[in-house]
Amino acid sequence: MLSRVASHIYWLGRYLERAENYARFIDVNFNLMQDLPMDMKEQWAPLVAATGDWDLYQKKNEGFERHQVMYFLTFDPDNPNSMLCSVTKARENARIIRENLSKETWEKVNELYYMLKEGFDKKVWKKEDPRAFFENVKNQILLLYGLADSTVARTEGWYFRQLGQLLERADKTSRILDVKYHILLPSTYEVGSPLDFLHWMALLKSVTGFNTYRRLYGNIDPSGVVEFMLLNKYFPRSIFYCLKEAERCLHCISGNTSDGFKNSAEKAIGEMRSRLEYSEIDDIISVGLHEYLDTIQIKINHISDQIDINYFRAKEVFVFEPASQSQSQS
Amino acid sequence: MKTEGYASNEHYDEMFTPEGSVRNHYREFHNYLSKASSKKMNQLQFSANKTQKSMGMTFNVYHDNQGLEKILHLDIIPRIIPNSEWKKLESGLKQRIYALNLFLQDIYNEQKILKDKIVPSDLILGSKDYLKPCIGLTPPKGIWCHITGTDLVRDKNGEYYILEDNLRCPSGVSYMLESREIIKRAYPQLFNDEGVMPVSDYPTKLLRMLQYLSNKPKPVVGVLTPGIYNSAYFEHSYLALQMGVELVNGVDLIVRNKKAYMQTTKGLQQIDVIYRRIDDSFLDPLTFNPESMLGVAGIFDAYKADNVALANAPGTGVADDKAVYAYVPRIIKYYLDEDPILNNVPTYLCREDEDRKYVLDNIDELVVKETNAAGGYGMLIGPKSGKEDHDKFRQLIKSKPENYIAQPTLSLSTVPCLTDEGIVGRHVDLRPYILYGKEIEVIPGALTRVALKKGSLVVNSSQGGGSKDTWVLYN
Repeated sequence: MLSRVASHIYWLGRYLERAENYARFIDVNFNLMQDLPMDMKEQWAPLVAATGDWDLYQKKNEGFERHQVMYFLTFDPDNPNSMLCSVTKARENARIIRENLSKETWEKVNELYYMLKEGFDKKVWKKEDPRAFFENVKNQILLLYGLADSTVARTEGWYFRQLGQLLERADKTSRILDVKYHILLPSTYEVGSPLDFLHWMALLKSVTGFNTYRRLYGNIDPSGVVEFMLLNKYFPRSIFYCLKEAERCLHCISGNTSDGFKNSAEKAIGEMRSRLEYSEIDDIISVGLHEYLDTIQIKINHISDQIDINYFRAKEVFVFEPASQSQSQS
Repeated sequence: MKTEGYASNEHYDEMFTPEGSVRNHYREFHNYLSKASSKKMNQLQFSANKTQKSMGMTFNVYHDNQGLEKILHLDIIPRIIPNSEWKKLESGLKQRIYALNLFLQDIYNEQKILKDKIVPSDLILGSKDYLKPCIGLTPPKGIWCHITGTDLVRDKNGEYYILEDNLRCPSGVSYMLESREIIKRAYPQLFNDEGVMPVSDYPTKLLRMLQYLSNKPKPVVGVLTPGIYNSAYFEHSYLALQMGVELVNGVDLIVRNKKAYMQTTKGLQQIDVIYRRIDDSFLDPLTFNPESMLGVAGIFDAYKADNVALANAPGTGVADDKAVYAYVPRIIKYYLDEDPILNNVPTYLCREDEDRKYVLDNIDELVVKETNAAGGYGMLIGPKSGKEDHDKFRQLIKSKPENYIAQPTLSLSTVPCLTDEGIVGRHVDLRPYILYGKEIEVIPGALTRVALKKGSLVVNSSQGGGSKDTWVLYN
């Protein structure tokens, strides 16, 4: 597979996942705000904080009104991570490598783009209840995943897209968890209160993990939720699960059948995965969840850089060539 | 839908005779049309537009974000060609491509046709499209023009004329293929009843032709594109997808030891045949335009060393010149000793005394064009311009006669089109596609371009043109 194509496929996976997660963020926050007691103001600032685009937001806006934040996260062309920008970039990447995608996949990506454009034209962020829009976007992306799952051959291209999707998902799950850190409770007395409980529940719902959590852990308590989203071995949106699967993708790409690593990308991800594997939730909480999540995001970026170096940049190695000819090269 | 009041006496109409009766090969379609309500037809048109949009069948117009992608309007009323007409077109096109290929081989090698003074030497050797690096070269299997998209028009009497040869990188074939898919969905039953020859195997034929250019048993083929900002990018990726080959940019390729390689995630992989959709001058910065960012340094050397085949071969542009065009009937006669089956539009060469005199005397009735040698786009449409312009062009012609040709103003044939005003006639041209591999093959279909504006003769997509599916019938 062409290096350039591999890179576009990887980023297609990342941007689609990013857009899907933003749709989740907003949907869940909207639900949460509806459950707040009458005297509490809606909180949209935590969402901005969690996306990491706080400074950009502050430069452009005063205050954190719902429609402002929603516009910023969904449509703002100046926010490179807004849903519209992510989808536009996903589509650009798809367009560049269209010959590597199935016709249906391309058509669904294209439809998704027009869906966002239409939302922009209709000024969805000003609507009283915009949830149907976010639901549709999320479903369209899930449809794409389903389509890929049942039609795409498990060759290099598949693994590069999965890799992008999984790393992005790990990053976004860490950010969803982080929202909780930023949400203000009226007073410290409220920790463990019904309101606090509502927050944790919303968090689980945003990753479609509420029912699974209930079945596995029963009672909702902070350390349980954090463990579930960070370290659970079976839940497909937990950070550990994403990293374990991403590692498997890297091994499939390099043809690595051993337990060790074959290149710096595999080394970086293997190291991180095993660290998580042996972590105890109490230790993480005592270090400070926010700080811990920050480190995770930095490490994921490092892995992404290593993938870039190993696969997306030019290398002077010959393949499919008789040995005698490639020797004359060195 | 009603077609009464549809009149097309001034031009040849593809569906109706001047007396207003339906031509034989359109009988079945007309039958369908007259039974369908206008609501139904508009619905079909609407869903065709929608499909085009979701397929992303777009071409690019500007570089700014808003105007980046446009959709080429597809009119749902097909242009139908009866088999008897097609037979003649087919043999005429084969003859022409065969002769042009011999011509290219000759002018880059022995130059017999120049020595015999059939075509003036200076016209060829002085052309900017005559590529000196190609002198003495014979491309793989001796084929120069692998893919051609010849433009034809029909005059008042329905006679077909060749308008342009397009031997470089003709585009539009993806519209022919995708339009067919959309139109098939619009008239599922009618399509079966009509007996329309298929075009869908074009990518298979194209791939087979490209593979034929290499001597390897399993050659690696790729499509080379200038990138997503090129107006035909949709087509490049479409063809790569349909053939199941890599779509490469210049940056994906490097040349080592006079061999071309693709940069893959596993290292360098040799590429044997390149269907290149970038112009000659951008192909290799070391041989041609040193400013080119799109090409591949050293690819021409690899080509010369017979390590990679390029389709079309570099250097075909010279036979595509407007002045050379006028000589094609003589070129056919010279190499094949046959009369051309398809005619040229009569062309006056201002470099020849008699022709020049005629042009100067009748400039108000003619279209004057600059030849490629002059490198400009200057053009005069005699009947539509004033005395001042006529005089200006008379001066230009006198000072540099070899830079100009003239042709009578053409009358293009019309086909009924679905518009807001109901069914009306619009002018069309015809671009069939010809592949030259083991043998020459004309694909039984074409891109029919439509001038959507009333009375307009400009079919170019960038200037309000649209397209139609073209049905070549089995009978």
